[in-house]
Amino acid sequence: MTEQKSKQVQDPAETLDLSGGEPAPAGESYLASIWRRFKRHKLGMVSLGLFLLLVVLAILAPVISPYDPNAIVGGFGQPPSKEFLLGTDLSGRDVLSRLLHASRISLLAGVLVTLLSTSVGVSLGLISGFFGSVVDSIIMRFTDMVMSFPYMLLVLMFAAIFEPGLWSIILILGFVNWPGVARLVRGNVLSLRETPFIKRTQVQGLPGRIILFGEILPNTIAPILVHATSVMAFAILDEAALSFLAMGVQPPTASLGNMLGDAKSLTILTDKPWLWLPSGLVIVILVMAINFIGDALRDAVDPTTSRS
Amino acid sequence: MSCKRKALRSDQVLPQIIKVEDLKCYYSSRSDDHWFRQDVVKAVDGVDLTLYEGETLGLVGESGCGKTTLGKLVIGLERPTSGQVLYRMQDLDQLSGAEKQRARLDLQMIFQDPYSSLNPRKRVYDILSTPLLYHELVDKRQVDREVHRLLDLVGLPANSARRYPHEFSGGQLQRLGIAAALSLKPKLIVCDEPVSALDVSIQAQILNLLCSLQEELGFAYLFIAHGLAAVKYISDRIAVMYLGRIVEVAPADVLFARPLHPYTQALIAASPIPHPDLPTDESSLLTGEVPSNIDPPQGCPFHPRCPMAQESCRQTRPELESDGSYPQFGDCRSYRKSHCVACPVMLSDWHKARQEGRDIHYAFPGAKRTAPGYLEERDEN
Repeated sequence: MTEQKSKQVQDPAETLDLSGGEPAPAGESYLASIWRRFKRHKLGMVSLGLFLLLVVLAILAPVISPYDPNAIVGGFGQPPSKEFLLGTDLSGRDVLSRLLHASRISLLAGVLVTLLSTSVGVSLGLISGFFGSVVDSIIMRFTDMVMSFPYMLLVLMFAAIFEPGLWSIILILGFVNWPGVARLVRGNVLSLRETPFIKRTQVQGLPGRIILFGEILPNTIAPILVHATSVMAFAILDEAALSFLAMGVQPPTASLGNMLGDAKSLTILTDKPWLWLPSGLVIVILVMAINFIGDALRDAVDPTTSRS
Repeated sequence: MSCKRKALRSDQVLPQIIKVEDLKCYYSSRSDDHWFRQDVVKAVDGVDLTLYEGETLGLVGESGCGKTTLGKLVIGLERPTSGQVLYRMQDLDQLSGAEKQRARLDLQMIFQDPYSSLNPRKRVYDILSTPLLYHELVDKRQVDREVHRLLDLVGLPANSARRYPHEFSGGQLQRLGIAAALSLKPKLIVCDEPVSALDVSIQAQILNLLCSLQEELGFAYLFIAHGLAAVKYISDRIAVMYLGRIVEVAPADVLFARPLHPYTQALIAASPIPHPDLPTDESSLLTGEVPSNIDPPQGCPFHPRCPMAQESCRQTRPELESDGSYPQFGDCRSYRKSHCVACPVMLSDWHKARQEGRDIHYAFPGAKRTAPGYLEERDEN
């Protein structure tokens, strides 16, 4: 590291790249520089590979799964065999096929919840931070209100009010997860608004929309992305939890959570691990991979706080 | 050594570009002692100032005296609590939309910290072209040429356009900041300590660039700084600010030859003079702290630190008054060459001294060092 530092001092363009390692190519775009630093994060790259593999498997589920996930194709609760690689469930459906389709559902829920809550949070945060005063107070007090409800209770209440199902789960989780993003974005806007480069755009007579979307938003993308990864991990976990409690995705549609639901009985937990172990493992791998990606992304976005 | 232009040395009357009268800007902040009480910070507290077309007015004063706030008020980045800023005799607030927009573009700013005054996520090309395109100052097909022209004007290579701000050094970034201000063809540029964040060697380059650009394009500068050296080098006139008020305004050479306000004398006495055996006069250094601008002293704000302070200084707050060099211009603010000072004590001493043909009494004798002939006389003895 010291070697790299002494090398950096010689070239002024290089001293500003605090990440060490190879110098930044001239005229490199911001996203390209993030990707260059992300690539150095081994755990992040492995996680990204695993995550992409799961995504590809989920997308290709209808093509590669050996059986129809909802069709009864074998005996009840058979252990893994050559015919059924992960065995069959209590109704005689192929666990592998159901697992592939379930990860499809869970990923869909994760991605949509993240998109929904991030867009709500980002819009509210931008408005709140940029306009300030009364608008800010109203939005932020509302945010505090949403945050002060016990999270799981709120979700369960909504799930009980609305018809449980994939889409209502996505909507509920999407509209409950935005306060964190909103606060993050608001804080960023507040500090950016006072920076000289934003002051300069005001002096240059540019209108609010250009300042907000052209100058401020691009400077908050990085923390939003990092936060979005943790939202996605939580969304996948929450969907699983709700479906496990039978408040989420309804049978016969498979989701990682309701596949775990079979393990509520002690005999299955001890005697038939192929019913719950695969979906449990997929959840663990998915959530961990997303969290590590988020970690790597944070280090890549902000090289000054890198722990390595 | 300076970059002042000859045209401004003549007695010609120049049109005013900015005039502010009794300008005040107060901020309220939560008090440290009482959570329910609001303190009023008087950042700018009754400033009268006139700027003329094409001149450079240096604005000096200690940190926290309201220089930057005054600069922001002048270009409309901050709104005054009371008083008006007149741009070419018109109140900006009363102009119609398009006129107001054009007037605002005429007033640009160069910021102190070059590292944070350019959007780190945008290429230089986008930073420079966005305002040009939005205000339709150039044709779409001409934008490339205009960006390259601007870069050339501030002495940067054309390939800088493809780069991001973090790929430049501090001096280069300040050049980009200047280019961004120039792109809108302003009539006045407020320079908020544009060189204080730079290496000394780079400072001179930037100052010379500012000078040559002014020579070429003829706009005015309000040059804010806390060091006298840069201000002396670049300014036609200098205004000295203390605790939110202007205490002395004079043409640069007059101010250094005969500083009247004790605070100006203290500033000059404290600034180092490059001379091989000129000792620093310890007795000439200003003592005490700058009083808080939440609760400024009664009367003259400088009286607690002033060795010449009299009883009257504690009672009444002095106004800017002319030293009487140009009696044909009655009001000291209506002619750019008049020497105005907010200190009746020194002013009466100056009048007496002029009649008796003696030198004035210096509150801080170190300030004599910049009087013409002082160093030569000293070397002879």
